[in-house]
Amino acid sequence: MDLSPIWLTLKLAGITTLLLLLVGLPFAWWLSRGRSFIKLIIEAIITMPLVLPPSVLGFYLLLAFSPQHGLGKWLHDTFDVQLVFSFPGLILASVIYSMPFMVGPVKSALQQLPASLAEASYTLGKTEWQTFRYVLLPNIKPSLLTAAVLTFAHTLGEFGVVLMIGGNIPGVTRVASIAVYDSVEKMDYASANNYSLILFSITFILVMAVFIFNKYQAKGPLA
Amino acid sequence: MIKVDIEIKLKTYHDRQLLKIKKQFTTGSITKILGPSGSGKTTLLKMIAGLASPKNGTIVVDGITWFDAERKINLSPQKRHTGFVFQSYALFPNMTVQQHLEYGTTDADWIKRLVKLGQLDKFIDHKPDHLSGGQQQRLAILRALAIKPKLLLMDEPFSALDSKMKTKLIAELKPLIKQLGITTIIVSHNLQELELFEGEVMDFEGLS
Repeated sequence: MDLSPIWLTLKLAGITTLLLLLVGLPFAWWLSRGRSFIKLIIEAIITMPLVLPPSVLGFYLLLAFSPQHGLGKWLHDTFDVQLVFSFPGLILASVIYSMPFMVGPVKSALQQLPASLAEASYTLGKTEWQTFRYVLLPNIKPSLLTAAVLTFAHTLGEFGVVLMIGGNIPGVTRVASIAVYDSVEKMDYASANNYSLILFSITFILVMAVFIFNKYQAKGPLA
Repeated sequence: MIKVDIEIKLKTYHDRQLLKIKKQFTTGSITKILGPSGSGKTTLLKMIAGLASPKNGTIVVDGITWFDAERKINLSPQKRHTGFVFQSYALFPNMTVQQHLEYGTTDADWIKRLVKLGQLDKFIDHKPDHLSGGQQQRLAILRALAIKPKLLLMDEPFSALDSKMKTKLIAELKPLIKQLGITTIIVSHNLQELELFEGEVMDFEGLS
């Protein structure tokens, strides 16, 4: 059995989660602070992948990343970067596709913290960044973990967007979900079953781990 | 000297009420603000601390303008350096007693003194979840004092303490406030609670 689709999937999910932790957290923080029409529009755009058919998102990303048009052309001409049918393209698409799974829970958790926590920190002379880093972030640990695991698990299961952007290039863009589809197409149900079982097991363990962790958090003291 | 001359927009159940406050607080003095819930006491403290903005007016502290609506001056809470004791305590659930104080100051001796003042020596490694209501309230006061503020704003700071602890804490707090020359404004809806503090009383009831 060729395990490269599994490793590629785990690599994609890991990098996507890491990037979304770096980008999504400050973004969620910004969205959680106050309201404005611009924030409303941006939040709606971020949420779109939750409701939009993945093929639709994949199609527009395919157009955007195409070396013949706009952003894709600029990236290709300026930096010699090709996003379509490449692993970096998959990463970028996954970051966009999984963004709501990171930003949503973190934003909600930050909004549920009493405003007085941040206010107390400000009166102690701490900047907004210090307050975010030392007060707000440690107090939303369960939500942070849930968001990270959901993002990771969601990326594991990506199919439509990955197929549109990456295609099915072994070792480059052929992730596990594509390998399942490809195996079924070839009537190789044994391979399809193996890939599916591995994906199922990993996802189940991750979700169980989150449940157990959150249960402990709810019972025990805030760590 | 703290000069407050502001207009506060208060949200009430039915409408919005405009509250005008003109008051001077002498440096090192203690002022007790009394009034029913929803009369704007907490809002006034937050506006002085820079956590909320008045609709109009000015706040001038020792000749420095902290807030001026017309000149669009509004100093951040970080620059105002006020000790603030929140009614809800606003303790950080992730920090121990020691970490709360270290978050406000790096002065180890000062931290030791504060811990002793609040009688929290035995609970130094405890997080708020493992402190009683009274201990949490004491920690909130100690944390506000950690930055050695020139202005201490306390919102119902003794409501969770039993009378014995309250008497003891206030007895030790008073000389400390005097020694540091801290101008103190205490908000309460209970005059009896503030009897142990000598100072001017400002009644919010009927203010408009």
